[in-house]
Amino acid sequence: MSTVTTADHHDEHHDHKPTGIKRWLFTTNHKDIGSLYLIFALAMFFLGGAMAMVIRLELFQPGLQFVDPQFFNQMTTMHGLIMVFGAVMPAFTGLANWMIPMMIGAPDMALPRMNNWSFWILPFAFLILIISMFLPGGGPDFGWTFYAPLSTTYSNDSTALFVFAVHIMGISSIMGAINVIVTIVNMRAPGMTWMKLPLFVWTWLITAFLLIMVMPVLAGVVTMVLTDKYFATSFFDAAGGGDPVLFQHIFWFFGHPEVYIMILPAFGIVSAIVPTFARKKLFGYASMVYATASIAILSFLVWAHHMFTTGMPVFATLFFMYTTMLIAVPTGVKVFNWVATMWRGAMTFEVPMMFALAFIVLFTIGGLSGVMLAITPADFQYHDTYFVVAHFHYVLVSGAVFSIVAAVYYWLPKWTGHMYDEKLGQLHFWCSLISVNLLFFPMHFVGLAGMPRRIPDYALQFADFNAFVSVGGFLFGLSQLIFLWVVIKCARGGEKAPAKPWEGAEGLEWEVPSPAPYHTFDTPPQVK
Amino acid sequence: MNAKHSTLIGKLSLLVVAMFAFGYALVPLYDVFCDITGINGKTASEPVSAEAAIIDTSREITIEFIARPNQQMPWIFRPEVRRMRVHPGEIHIMNYLAENPTGRAIVGQAVPSVSPGQAALFFHKIECFCFTQQYLAGGNDMLMPLQFYVDPALPAQFSTITLSYTLYDVTSQWQDSGQDTATEFGE
Amino acid sequence: MAKTRSWRWSLPALLLAGQAHATGIQFNMTPGVTDISQQVYALHMTIFWICCAIGLVVFTAMFVSIILHRKSRGVTPATFHESTKVEIIWTAIPVLILIVMAIPATRVLIAMEDTSDSDVTVLITGSQWRWHYEYLDYDIDYFSILATPRGQVEGRLPKGDNYLLEVDRPLVIPTGKKVRFLMTSDDVIHSWWVPAFAIKKDTNPGFINEAWTQVNEPGIYRGQCAELCGMDHGFMPIVVIAKEPDDFAKWVEQEEARIAAIREEEQRLLALRMNIEEQMVLGERVYLAHCAACHQPNGTGLPPMFPALKDNYVTTQDRAEHIKVMVDGRPGTSMASFARQLSLRELTSVITYTRNAWGNDTGDVVQAVEVYEYMQGKGE
Repeated sequence: MSTVTTADHHDEHHDHKPTGIKRWLFTTNHKDIGSLYLIFALAMFFLGGAMAMVIRLELFQPGLQFVDPQFFNQMTTMHGLIMVFGAVMPAFTGLANWMIPMMIGAPDMALPRMNNWSFWILPFAFLILIISMFLPGGGPDFGWTFYAPLSTTYSNDSTALFVFAVHIMGISSIMGAINVIVTIVNMRAPGMTWMKLPLFVWTWLITAFLLIMVMPVLAGVVTMVLTDKYFATSFFDAAGGGDPVLFQHIFWFFGHPEVYIMILPAFGIVSAIVPTFARKKLFGYASMVYATASIAILSFLVWAHHMFTTGMPVFATLFFMYTTMLIAVPTGVKVFNWVATMWRGAMTFEVPMMFALAFIVLFTIGGLSGVMLAITPADFQYHDTYFVVAHFHYVLVSGAVFSIVAAVYYWLPKWTGHMYDEKLGQLHFWCSLISVNLLFFPMHFVGLAGMPRRIPDYALQFADFNAFVSVGGFLFGLSQLIFLWVVIKCARGGEKAPAKPWEGAEGLEWEVPSPAPYHTFDTPPQVK
Repeated sequence: MNAKHSTLIGKLSLLVVAMFAFGYALVPLYDVFCDITGINGKTASEPVSAEAAIIDTSREITIEFIARPNQQMPWIFRPEVRRMRVHPGEIHIMNYLAENPTGRAIVGQAVPSVSPGQAALFFHKIECFCFTQQYLAGGNDMLMPLQFYVDPALPAQFSTITLSYTLYDVTSQWQDSGQDTATEFGE
Repeated sequence: MAKTRSWRWSLPALLLAGQAHATGIQFNMTPGVTDISQQVYALHMTIFWICCAIGLVVFTAMFVSIILHRKSRGVTPATFHESTKVEIIWTAIPVLILIVMAIPATRVLIAMEDTSDSDVTVLITGSQWRWHYEYLDYDIDYFSILATPRGQVEGRLPKGDNYLLEVDRPLVIPTGKKVRFLMTSDDVIHSWWVPAFAIKKDTNPGFINEAWTQVNEPGIYRGQCAELCGMDHGFMPIVVIAKEPDDFAKWVEQEEARIAAIREEEQRLLALRMNIEEQMVLGERVYLAHCAACHQPNGTGLPPMFPALKDNYVTTQDRAEHIKVMVDGRPGTSMASFARQLSLRELTSVITYTRNAWGNDTGDVVQAVEVYEYMQGKGE
């Protein structure tokens, strides 16, 4: 995509950094902060995953065996919150921190101190959230969507802590997004024009704008929940002239762009990996950029497709059905472009490529079930069943999470200076691929057969599928321990990685040595 | 931090503040949008003047009255009749019976909702007990009137309009503010 | 193949040994028993096959590429990387496919919005965690709650065929007639879902929603609450019995007579004194059905949301307050008023039961007249 003409780095000469805990607490280095984000996300992924294991354990058989319904609801709520705000979003921010400055030839992020704060407030947000579970009455149990009035009049007192935690997460995300935008707009190396930017940078730029547009709306809606619960306002309380459905409108005005926040950077990652291992330039670069932008714009016009059963009039329902279907078009363009990139390439199948290929197939399955969900009359049957659970886990686990894993394998040699263990990586891939489908594919059937989501116990006709799904869940959970092992092993040593470990890779990040020195591109490279 | 960064940060921060405000602005915007489209079936909270509308005798609309005390509201609350056939444009009065069987004074607020939602735009209330809070001393009862007409412009596809009132106990609002309900409501 | 199949289905059967029932495994949406539900099913299948076809084309291209265009086969990569023509084609074709999908979807959606007059109207009110049905055309209204015994949920009893999908009083509607449902809620948002009718509609507190159905075949149809509504969201099923119009008319007669009898009995009850044994038996039954979900079968509750009733001041000392809480509920908490949900007899018995169970042993025997007097405002 872009080549460096002057390769005169002096990075090795000033590769000094503070040591010990202070290095991590006070660091303003984009690579350190990137690592912190990624490690935090990994920890949250295992915590949220452990909660999913509790859910699957309880659902393994009909009847209540292990947890009571209230704790079950806390598990589903916390699993959702932790995975969305603690695992997927920080992981993407971590990747952005590590890679964006190196990809655009900048020495660091534009606002390094703010970068430090935006990371370090995050652990406190989750600490508050987790502490709330130990309060008498338990933690949040109203689902990650916290629909009013369940989250207001009828919630327990941990709601205040939940609101506070969401505020902190929001502030962290907004600061991170501002940093990304300022870095990309102001810090590109000479010659790095807009249409030369790697797609990961483009998708992150658009994601950052989405974050800035919707995280404040989330902050607004949680504040309304707080004042409705504790300060006698009636935004969502019919008795005081409010409307509980209004909550859903505001929440999903945030919530729908939020799901694109969790998938656009994934598109960027896949658009980096597929050309590398196909040894062929990305097909339709410009159309990829336009498709990303149109998905982002459309994402503001589809929110009420989460609300088809709330009793909207026909004209509104039709409007949201059509706009939702329309989103399939730019998304389809992306998939077609990836396939066209592979077409007549010379592919090899290292672990990052395997995860990227799995992403394309499984994300497409999730996208197609998304088209089915857009069809309102059919959605009346799908809504709030396991069919929806299957849909969004295909998009978020075998979509977003697989892309993050692919990115980690792809850039791990650059970060650590060592090649990861290819055999273990392949083992991790195949275990994940098989178990993720065992886990989520039968959910389509059990949802179509009529099992509602968010229930701790179910009728007997759903028993066989649920046992299957639980086994898949445990296997998927165990498979991720292989990933942990691969990452630790690679960080501690291994075969020395060259500056450019992948034959077909392009981009500035491969011009610096592996591991990437503490400071890179102090002198901006010239991009032709 | 250089000037180029500061300007951009300034603009982006402004966008953040604006979007937070927009979140709150969605509340009145939603109300306005609902008033225009009838999306949530809320009726106007202000009386309309009794315009001498043309009475459309060519068709009859069934009005269905539903009255429910919320489960924490101990009043007995019901309409005098369940259904009424009306010509669009005719002004009608419908009485609701409210009885407070408890030994304490209770303040109630009725919340209206119309189905189908869009019909709410064509259901006009000249006078309604739902415009204000209602007070009933323990053991008392009263008739609460609703004066209304259906707009002759009601689209032909609507033949039944359901008007539902949910009655909430809002006494605690008064107690919280330390006011005495009996004097406030002139008892 | 046969071997894998038997393995696949015997594994869960093995895991569920002891409770595997002869219920067939359902993979797909039910076509349902109304014209609308069958249209929805047909639409679902159409969209499904279109999606399968799209998936097939995309994945075929991808896997052909993976098989043929691999470095190990010694290919040299091509260099093409853009084509406006191709981009336009694969933007235009999906748009056309989507239009093809949107046409039948719009048609079915508009068919669902039939506002013509109905023959029977039922007001459905959701509350934590039970449904209330009120027939606007008849003098009938009642609550419908989960009938599965707690022993089955906790694994102390074998699970029945309709485990978690059975209620004490199902909704009864006539076949071949248009039945309109008005929906609202007393507390949080619930969602009334019967897959066989393709109806899923949220019940919003303070607002009213509408849906309708016309069932073609008599039968028993089961559904569940579909919107997370708190702790026992998974335990508020829906059962609808569709009867031929004649049978329905007979049911209405019986039901009206039953409700009238209850009212009559209440009047008689006021003069009558129930003994403690009788009250404890009835009270326990009512307690397990209505109270045990929150306050637990052994009265220990789930503090602080749901206080313990065992050794509680109100249930052991303050008798007047106990009656008041049962009749009026506790505003601002999940404790609802039970005045309309339970008959006077049930209300009285459950108060007596609570005051004497689990070592509360107050020896109090509350009588119907005492509760009735409070309800009439004479209690204070």
